[in-house]
Amino acid sequence: MSTNPLLKVSDLSKFYGSRIGCSAVSFDLWPGEVLAVVGESGSGKTTLLNCLSTRLMPSTGCVQYHMRDGEYRDLYRMSEAERRFLMRTDWGFVHQNPADGLRMTVSAGANVGERLMAVGDRHYGRIRQTATEWLERVEISQDRIDDQPRAFSGGMRQRLQIARNLVTSPRLVFMDEPTGGLDVSVQARLLDLVRGLVNDLGLSAIVVTHDLAVARLLSHRMMVMKDGHVIEQGLTDRVLDDPREPYTQLLVSSILQV
Amino acid sequence: MPTPLIVSEVAKSFTMHLRGGLKLPVVANVSFSVASGECVVLGGPSGIGKSSILKMLYGNYAVDSGQILITHADKTIDIASADPRVVLDVRRSALGYVSQFLRTVPRVSALDVVAEPLVARGIAAEDARERAADLLARLNLPRDLWQLPPATFSGGEQQRVNIARGFITDHAILLLDEPTASLDAANRKVVVSMIEAKKTAGVALLGIFHDEEVREAVADRILDVTAFSPRKAAA
Repeated sequence: MSTNPLLKVSDLSKFYGSRIGCSAVSFDLWPGEVLAVVGESGSGKTTLLNCLSTRLMPSTGCVQYHMRDGEYRDLYRMSEAERRFLMRTDWGFVHQNPADGLRMTVSAGANVGERLMAVGDRHYGRIRQTATEWLERVEISQDRIDDQPRAFSGGMRQRLQIARNLVTSPRLVFMDEPTGGLDVSVQARLLDLVRGLVNDLGLSAIVVTHDLAVARLLSHRMMVMKDGHVIEQGLTDRVLDDPREPYTQLLVSSILQV
Repeated sequence: MPTPLIVSEVAKSFTMHLRGGLKLPVVANVSFSVASGECVVLGGPSGIGKSSILKMLYGNYAVDSGQILITHADKTIDIASADPRVVLDVRRSALGYVSQFLRTVPRVSALDVVAEPLVARGIAAEDARERAADLLARLNLPRDLWQLPPATFSGGEQQRVNIARGFITDHAILLLDEPTASLDAANRKVVVSMIEAKKTAGVALLGIFHDEEVREAVADRILDVTAFSPRKAAA
């Protein structure tokens, strides 16, 4: 087991005026670990995700990231340029709506290739080759490489967004309701794909979802949020099989059985 | 013989917040140990807390107090208080569990479900699949099912996939929750011989078996869970 957390979050809070976005969140994320953040809409899980990924500045608190050179850096003390570089290379962000994470009017191949160019790849043939391989990995057929995502179905767009994010071999991927607007059958395919990729690549991920089945399938550890506070956290199996807090018990008992 | 599993003064209750904070005691003062090469069977009527004990040992249930000590690679870890990632590491390397029901994952074939614990330990996928195929063949799972996801399998078929998945590793401790409940006589015999093989290999086994014949065949000792029931103490 590795001895250094990838991310060290301490006492992170975000206030919108007097309203609480998220309050006093602390945790460590370890390499290869998938953390699910669950809770109903308005519980602060997306605010937390946006703060962690530096898309939003927190009101207080600090997040330290274990850089590839072995140093810890405080994310909020980095320059804007450094943060953008991290976002484009070492991190991925999978949005609920693929249109937010893709360029809808450039080809699928270019969507994937763009991230490679951000890490300095300039060889067109090699970029196209890698893009083709990644489309295959996310089960998009080769002959669609020159099509724009506008012409793709919702499930295909989401898979393309995942390919675009993973092509640079990031160490940390943020996902905001990755299966949100998808049909159940499409969801199953996507979940299986994400699960396989996370295992194969050994990535760490923070997945925001309101779907406890998604959390069970993907995550090792779970954090339950309510009104901006983390009210319960632990091993995913433990939180779902033996929920301790009243709100977690309500969530778990509200799952529909099929 | 070493003793890889020691349970000491464990107590567990459920607080049902949706039922006005009703407190349901499950077990109290659970203390026992299992040595390598030994098969201990949890006995007692339904609802007395046998499955709950296994779930606590595997980390699926939290405990109110007490210790669950697992010794692996010269380190002793208390499952009752360990970090999630430590629990997951112990599961990967030392602690196996065959649950009553298989949790199926969409689109993953039976063969890969069985091979997964080995792949998680860094064994090449091809080798892991070969070992998985051996086990499924031994458990008489029809070969044409191997490439299918087990979601549509019968109860007995799912259970055999689950057993194969639990037995594929060389974990030092194996927890068995009624692994033979929906099997026919021929397959029960196969499972009994697989348990015998684990004992010979020095694995510490703790199980629940309602089938008397199987219990007679595998148990070195029966631990009566009634003794840990707080309800009995109250009566």
